[in-house]
Amino acid sequence: MDWRRFAIIALIIVVMFGTVVLIGTSQNSPLVIITSMMATTIAVATPLTLGALSGIYCERAGVVNIGIEGMMLGAAFFGWLAAIYMNTIFHYPAMPSLIVGVIAAIITGGLFALLHAVLSITFKVDQIIGGTVINILAAGITGFLNRQLFFGAGSVFHGQIPNAPGVLPTIHIPLLADIPTVGRIFEQQPIAISAILLVIITHFVLFRTRWGLRTRAVGEHPRAADTVGINVIRMRYMNVIIGGFLAGLGGAYFTLEAISSFEANMTNGRGFIALAAMIFGNWTPFGAWTAALVFGAAQALQINLQFFRELIPPQLAVLQNSYVVGLAPYLLTMLILTGIIGKTIPPAADGKVYEK
Amino acid sequence: MQSTADKGFIRRLGQLLNPLLVPFLAIVTAVILGGIIIKVVGGDPIAAYKGLVQGAFGSPSALSETAVWSTPYIFAGLAVALGFKGGLFNIGAEGQIAFGAVAAALIGYALPGWLHTSIPPYIHIPLAVGAGILAGAIWGGIPGALKAYTGGHEVINTIMMNYIALNITSYLLNGPMRDPNPLNLSARTPEIAVSARIPPIFDIPGMRVHWGFVLALLMAVVVWWLLWKTTLGFEIRTVGANPDAAKYAGINVKWIITLTMALSGALAGLAGAIEVTALNYRHELGFSTGYGFDAIAIALLGKNNPYGIILAAILFGAMRNGATRMQFLTQIPIDIISVIQALILLFVAADAIIRFIYRIRAREERVVLTRGWGG
Amino acid sequence: MTANDIVLEANEITKHFPGVLANDHVSIDLRKGEIHALLGENGAGKTTLMNILYGLYKPDSGQVVLNGKSIVIHSPKDSIEAGIGMVHQHFMLIPAFSVAENIMLGDETTHAGVLDIKAVSQRVRELSHQYGLEVDPDAKVGQLSVGAQQRVEIVKTLYRNANIIILDEPTAVLTPQETEDLFRIMRQLTARGVSIIFITHKLKEVLAVADRITVMRAGRVAGTVKPKETNEPKLASMMVGREVILTVQKQPARPKDEVLRVEDLRVLDDRDLEVIRGVSFDVRSGEIFGIAGVQGNGQTQLAEALTGLRPMKNGKVIMAGKDVSGKPPRPIIETGLAHIPEDRQRHGLVLSYSVADNMVLCNYYLEPFARGGVLQQEKVDENARRLIRDFDVRTPSPYVPTSKLSGGNQQKVIVARELSRPVKLLIASQPTRGLDVGSIEYIHKEIVAMRDRGVGVLLISAELDEIMALSDRIAVMYQGQIMDVVKANEATKESLGLLMAGIKSSETAEAAAPRP
Repeated sequence: MDWRRFAIIALIIVVMFGTVVLIGTSQNSPLVIITSMMATTIAVATPLTLGALSGIYCERAGVVNIGIEGMMLGAAFFGWLAAIYMNTIFHYPAMPSLIVGVIAAIITGGLFALLHAVLSITFKVDQIIGGTVINILAAGITGFLNRQLFFGAGSVFHGQIPNAPGVLPTIHIPLLADIPTVGRIFEQQPIAISAILLVIITHFVLFRTRWGLRTRAVGEHPRAADTVGINVIRMRYMNVIIGGFLAGLGGAYFTLEAISSFEANMTNGRGFIALAAMIFGNWTPFGAWTAALVFGAAQALQINLQFFRELIPPQLAVLQNSYVVGLAPYLLTMLILTGIIGKTIPPAADGKVYEK
Repeated sequence: MQSTADKGFIRRLGQLLNPLLVPFLAIVTAVILGGIIIKVVGGDPIAAYKGLVQGAFGSPSALSETAVWSTPYIFAGLAVALGFKGGLFNIGAEGQIAFGAVAAALIGYALPGWLHTSIPPYIHIPLAVGAGILAGAIWGGIPGALKAYTGGHEVINTIMMNYIALNITSYLLNGPMRDPNPLNLSARTPEIAVSARIPPIFDIPGMRVHWGFVLALLMAVVVWWLLWKTTLGFEIRTVGANPDAAKYAGINVKWIITLTMALSGALAGLAGAIEVTALNYRHELGFSTGYGFDAIAIALLGKNNPYGIILAAILFGAMRNGATRMQFLTQIPIDIISVIQALILLFVAADAIIRFIYRIRAREERVVLTRGWGG
Repeated sequence: MTANDIVLEANEITKHFPGVLANDHVSIDLRKGEIHALLGENGAGKTTLMNILYGLYKPDSGQVVLNGKSIVIHSPKDSIEAGIGMVHQHFMLIPAFSVAENIMLGDETTHAGVLDIKAVSQRVRELSHQYGLEVDPDAKVGQLSVGAQQRVEIVKTLYRNANIIILDEPTAVLTPQETEDLFRIMRQLTARGVSIIFITHKLKEVLAVADRITVMRAGRVAGTVKPKETNEPKLASMMVGREVILTVQKQPARPKDEVLRVEDLRVLDDRDLEVIRGVSFDVRSGEIFGIAGVQGNGQTQLAEALTGLRPMKNGKVIMAGKDVSGKPPRPIIETGLAHIPEDRQRHGLVLSYSVADNMVLCNYYLEPFARGGVLQQEKVDENARRLIRDFDVRTPSPYVPTSKLSGGNQQKVIVARELSRPVKLLIASQPTRGLDVGSIEYIHKEIVAMRDRGVGVLLISAELDEIMALSDRIAVMYQGQIMDVVKANEATKESLGLLMAGIKSSETAEAAAPRP
């Protein structure tokens, strides 16, 4: 990531954090505010980070995936459903139920990704249409099952959404979390922590391993990869499915880590914003993560402004309106896509069908 | 279809009805799969579909309601198809519809007050509908211009514009444009003036089908004429088929991209404006949920042909309309319709799957509808 | 180990594509340490045969024999294992990767899945030293010259222990001097026991370097000869199946007014690098002004800038007395420009459109094809029927999609459209690339006819023979600059070749000395 972009990102974050610090300063010390905002930022950036990593695996292998939104939504629902079944119907304790839920979410993401791979690689459907199919299908299935399973005829839940097994517990990272005040940043839930670990792992896999070299080759110049004996179709399938697993984990964040319930279309465009983060991060894991943090900060801004609502001075009354502040991530996404903050270059064969 | 006689028959049929065959089989397959899903969750598919057909076509008022449901689908389907013809994927019909509705509602209820006078319908209706068209055109034109002049991909930008539209309409309908009636508890505008209302076709209670439906049919003809008979249509199609060749031919590609998205947005805005002026007489939050995505399915099912879109839109309208009766009769949630529609989209988009299942050989060439980030 | 050891044999290979018989019972054999040239026109089936040997296509029938044993090659992997390496016409290199990454791809040295780039770089240096192939393993491929990329491709095959190397049209992108360099490398490789199949359509080259020559025509082997037993005209008639006139018949030019004047033109490429660096020249009506040069020296961007497809950074373009600098394509076209673009499928045609629609691509909006913004389809169809007849376009009807036409006929659609309009200047970029001899002759004739009707022609071509046969004056481009402008009747292949390599005539003496 070049200097100019880094400076602009830093500036955006400083402005967002600074606004809250100035408004909340009469109630809390700047350090407390900044710490809490950073902790929130990291947490809410989780699905964006995972969604962007999902996109990186797919697109580095040459498959455009705008179905991440749907994959996350589907995973959020089925992960939650699995956890509820384990907990309520089979009477397992909360923790194993949640773990089964996370696994179910990952598998759901993988299955949707498999469908995307079949559509875009085997049947050579326009990849953007294929992703749209995933999004619409996920919205339809989750909406239908959500209503049918809880309120439909013969529901085992008799028209009542049961109490879910709660959310994944917070982990205190030893030593770091013990630092006074600032330690709050290092108290995070497991999916948030694994997202950061996966950024590092993905970077290593992509740029240091045989798998990564071949993945990038397939996304840059599939015919060249083919002529040296690499199975392009197989590499693309595998990477799209790995991407699906990551999107699935990102989906689990919504219903098993952030809150313990499901709402129709609750991903709310996060899958698309994740793609913008991936693009802004120039298809690199660390770049995407940084971009995801910017979006996370925008969301943290919204949450904190709600919290300090009463303290907002009248000349900034517009900031009291959550609808207006809520525009920030979307406007930021559009701004990034204009390339004003820096042009990025997609993998050369991204989105192109490979025909022998 | 394993026996050779069957195969031969299907192949001959395919030659006769080739353009309609794949969409038809896609619908059939999706309906069968939908039936299986209903069965799996413990419902009776036959009863459900019977209820669906009854609710959609069983009586004059059912037919009228199907037409009412189809109207926005036709406009929105045309909007998406026009984009596709220009090589652009407008996923933002949702937001454009919402803005069209808000603008039409505003002119509809507030204009007489601003002018301190009543306005005759032949002026007020065009103004309200025109405001909706303009709002939609702007909302579609912005991502179009961003695509043309900065390269920002229209797919993500139109989706972002959907969320922005949702936030702004939520703000407006909860704030400045909220119906001040003390009995009102929901986020909605006041009713529009009578002079801004498009009348129903029949003066019969329970027959809500309005002149907007006729306008939608006319608009399909207009879009067809525009695309295939005018130089502008030639330019739109050329940019869609090969933007490099379009540039070579002296076409102002950036302007055409912007214009195509604006026209596409205008059609979607018209959908919202007609819903307000001819049906609901106000805009209410959340009324258009899902139209934008359904419109993609309709455009693809209708193969981007304006007449095909009329058929596809009526099918989708009928399903939405009949679903209420289906739910009433069989307790199968209305949402099953979304699943069936998603499956139709799946099979239409991946017609290779349908060709594979029914062993139909491809005759048409694959058409590239959209391009990746690079293009 | 005698010279007659046959290492590779293709027996009676047949391969169909939809509508085309690409290989019809083709047989060819390769001996150890020989350079066997495979000569043929575009579409003769050379590349198909090689793709079968390399496992990219499966033959319908026939067999491949390696060292006396019949083998089946399913994929490039099998052929790499069999010791066959291929250097494709369009390099199979990834510009974003380093040389070492490109070379190891598919055959990586790893420790527990982690790449060992050091070991690979070491091996590349060894090979590069051993065979006299200069490559830097750490360089980014995208930043290498074409010649260097070709060396990377050759090292790539050696890295995989290939003892049979297929070179597909390797000289298409090289200067005459770089070609000589390649021939030297080829001889060095064969001296070490490597066998080479050398695919080309250039007669002079096969005579210069090959030990044996197999000529292919329309999917069949027309014969195998030794260079000593043949000559250019004989090879040409074997290739085409009839006598070929190797020169274009034309009268001396009678140039009149200036139709194009370019002053100090500077243009950037897609990566914002200046690829046209201060170019000035002029073209007169009634003359053909040829621009020679190795591909990638700015010719593409020059044509794009002059036709308004690419913005210019600096300079002036005067067309027919009008300043069109920085104008978009339409006003330039309306000034009187006809343009045969380099990439006909990308710029010149909308492949999904009918022949008729493509024939009005640049003037669909003018009378009589449109009135008040409404298309007049009858006029469009009428125009198409006339042009199809006048320009002998082979198409079943004016309404079929242009994608269904052969390459030669697609090019004729463009030529018909562009030459039938009233124009003052024709810019023709690589107008005959990839076409068969018949179409080439036809298009050459039409270009000369345009000139004789008083149109100014700017001809850009990487085929030196084409430039020399058609042009009245020749400019040579090298790295975005015009090295020199010479009269065609005073130019020789050697003098142009030196200019193409960036050596001015004053430096010729130095250049004549052996280069390091």
